[in-house]
Amino acid sequence: MSNAELDAIYLTIALASITTVLLLILGTPLAWWLSRRRGNVPALLEAVVAMPLILPPTVLGFYLLLLFAPNTFLGRFWQELTGSQLAFSFSALVIGSVIYSLPFVVQPLQTAFERIPQNLLQAAATLGARPLDQFRSLVLPLSRRSFITAASLGFAHTVGEFGVVLMIGGNIPGETQVLSIALYDSVESLRFTEAHRLAGALVVFSLGLLFLLYRRDRQSSWRVRA
Amino acid sequence: MSGLTLNIICGGNKGFSLELDCKVSAIGITAIYGPSGSGKSTLLDCIAGLRQAEPGSVIRLNNETWQDASFTTPVWQRHIGYVFQDARLFPHLNVQQNLDYALTRRPRSGNIHLNQVVTWLELDDLLSRSTDTLSAGQKQRVAIGRALLSAPRLLLLDEPLANLDHAARQHCLRCLQRLSQELQLPMLYVSHDIEEVSQLADHLLLLEQGRLVEQGSLLTLCSRLDTRLSHEEQAAAILTARVAQHDAEYGLSELTVDGHTLLVNHLPHAVGQSRRIRIPARDVSVCRHRPLDSSILNILPVSVVEIEDTNAARLLVRLSLGSQYLLARITRKSCVELELCIGDNIYAQIKSAALLMETTDPA
Repeated sequence: MSNAELDAIYLTIALASITTVLLLILGTPLAWWLSRRRGNVPALLEAVVAMPLILPPTVLGFYLLLLFAPNTFLGRFWQELTGSQLAFSFSALVIGSVIYSLPFVVQPLQTAFERIPQNLLQAAATLGARPLDQFRSLVLPLSRRSFITAASLGFAHTVGEFGVVLMIGGNIPGETQVLSIALYDSVESLRFTEAHRLAGALVVFSLGLLFLLYRRDRQSSWRVRA
Repeated sequence: MSGLTLNIICGGNKGFSLELDCKVSAIGITAIYGPSGSGKSTLLDCIAGLRQAEPGSVIRLNNETWQDASFTTPVWQRHIGYVFQDARLFPHLNVQQNLDYALTRRPRSGNIHLNQVVTWLELDDLLSRSTDTLSAGQKQRVAIGRALLSAPRLLLLDEPLANLDHAARQHCLRCLQRLSQELQLPMLYVSHDIEEVSQLADHLLLLEQGRLVEQGSLLTLCSRLDTRLSHEEQAAAILTARVAQHDAEYGLSELTVDGHTLLVNHLPHAVGQSRRIRIPARDVSVCRHRPLDSSILNILPVSVVEIEDTNAARLLVRLSLGSQYLLARITRKSCVELELCIGDNIYAQIKSAALLMETTDPA
């Protein structure tokens, strides 16, 4: 395996890990809020969160690229803060990935939170648990499985991301050249052996992860039925 | 200012509203009794803070205000124990951990020990069990224990026995009676089951359509003719009696009620203990003269205190037996033919089997 390939693998894992952590931090309160509210504003927000599911990634990438350009407010702000340009950077990839994978984390969590009976939280409150304590002591353990699902899907989806990365990251080895881009690059330059390695690795990784998740769900649903 | 002060207005669905202004004793068990939809659970939720009573409502326990015009204390700072109809045990924790949940969050002043609670509620064998393996009655006992371990200043119970079978219900009732004796803990007990209420309660709040209809001591309210209680099919007078002696030969026990003797089926209780008995109005008949050759053992001299004024076929008569009261439901025809008048000294016949021996009376 070449250094470029190893770089791409390392970069992909780093991107997916950072994105997943950020998604759990941002997605948990968002999913909680969405699960507890009725009305138009939450419905609109829910639709915004779900958009990456149906929008071509290139659309998202196009708008993000415009937003990250050095002449926008965000671009200038980033430049002053870090001294480097936002577009075509690893940070841009992280921001793009967080938005792109948001529904894969928020939706399982929101479903799990909606299933937690309000009356258990009430019982906890009468026992002296404050809201944050209720969340930590009841909501988190009761939706543990959904957190694992959400983190796995968020990670896997970020690994499989292509369109957004291509638009906002370009193809800079060691900085923005993730696996899917490296694969595209090797096919373009007719390096098929390398392409096979990368594509095969992605297939095995995705299949393995999904298999583990579905096997877990199947086992537990058998247990419930028994 | 001692006791629970309630001045609550709380709106609900479909035009229902709870409006109530009263003071409740902070000693013993107060039952909140009424048909479904009368606002019993809404009242408990308002007291607990799970439901927001409208601005201007006042909720105060002794000197501590939980809600008034200027502020509302959140649920978790009220230190109220709440036992729900559905036990609401935490499914990811076992019994011991459910109890610990309350223990670790209670105020430092709490002095109820885990061992005591486990003994009172007979939880020894359950501690390591997962909550989904418990029967309804066991769940409810764990829920009561969990509420107690949070060291509450007030215990709210919302029909805690409604989903239990007869045996489990009696078990839980015995536990609750023991608790009310062991602890100086005021309890509000919501129920629509008059038997439960008459076994447990010291005081009674009668609710109807969100309004307080009657309030007072259980023993007094049960024998009054002008309340809804006495007009229910299973209307009954509640009396306190002392176990005088046991008659092993005939399998009977002798009780005294204000100097009068009642014979009932043999009881397991020790001589000298004070007990509460419930005598259904439909099992009491009256006669002018003491029958000499009746199979009925309990024929007591009483005097007529009040006769219900009605055109229905049956009416209620309130009879005094010493300082306590009996209710008799008789036909209007009998009442006219016997020419019953207030102040008459007559005899009440009570079917022995109708004497339900029930509860320990908290002294």
